[in-house]
Amino acid sequence: MITVYHYLILSAIIFSIGTFGVLTRKNAIVIFMCIELMLNAVNLTFIALSRHLQNMDGQIFVFFVMTVAAAEAAVGLALMITFYRNRESIDSDDFNLLKW
Amino acid sequence: MLSILFYLFATVAVFSAFYVTKSRNPINSALWLVTTFICLAVLYITLDAPFMAAIQIMVYAGAIMVLIVFVIMLLNLGTAVKKRYTHALAWGAGLSVVMLFVTNTFIRRGVPTGKVGDVTTQTIHNYGHTELIGKAMFTDFLLPFEIASILLLVAIVGAVVLSKREV
Repeated sequence: MITVYHYLILSAIIFSIGTFGVLTRKNAIVIFMCIELMLNAVNLTFIALSRHLQNMDGQIFVFFVMTVAAAEAAVGLALMITFYRNRESIDSDDFNLLKW
Repeated sequence: MLSILFYLFATVAVFSAFYVTKSRNPINSALWLVTTFICLAVLYITLDAPFMAAIQIMVYAGAIMVLIVFVIMLLNLGTAVKKRYTHALAWGAGLSVVMLFVTNTFIRRGVPTGKVGDVTTQTIHNYGHTELIGKAMFTDFLLPFEIASILLLVAIVGAVVLSKREV
């Protein structure tokens, strides 16, 4: 029998893998994809709890998380293109223009 | 039957999520990420949320991933060189394992309670999932919906301004 705990633990595992990717990878686009992975893990939590509590509100939140993820994708990738144009690289080690 | 389906897709989702972080070529990461999204969409269907599964496929696996793959190919990124063992890897792995342990403890110890609504499986089958979502979104959540539309507008303008050659 699959309970809500199974979904929550799966979501925790995926979120941890996303954190691992954000902390260890250097390529900014891969870091970005790992952030999307973490957002998806949170979406799974929302939908599992919404199903568990028989309440629709969690699924509306998933809708807004998807909206924010789409906005983030558009702006983030535009930033990366601009950065690549200036530095010829998207390694996160080269992100040091704001260093004092 | 449902538990076999859950374990199958959960395993595939975890493995492909791991390969997102492991692949050296960003395109491979993107394709593994699409696999993860599709597995999560199947899990949404097992949670009686078919509309969420549909927009997961359309918005994430469709729109956002196309954008990411487009940018990867536009920038012509090479494959990352194989690095030696670094302390960053150990710290990242350690931190994520600690986080997994802590969340696991909380999930096992706590009981998820809250305001219980009236949307049962029977209601979803009678009215349809999309109708219930639409009803909630355009009555109780109308203001957040409008704010989301302004957010999208700002994102469009921001993306155009950022990627212009001269502002």
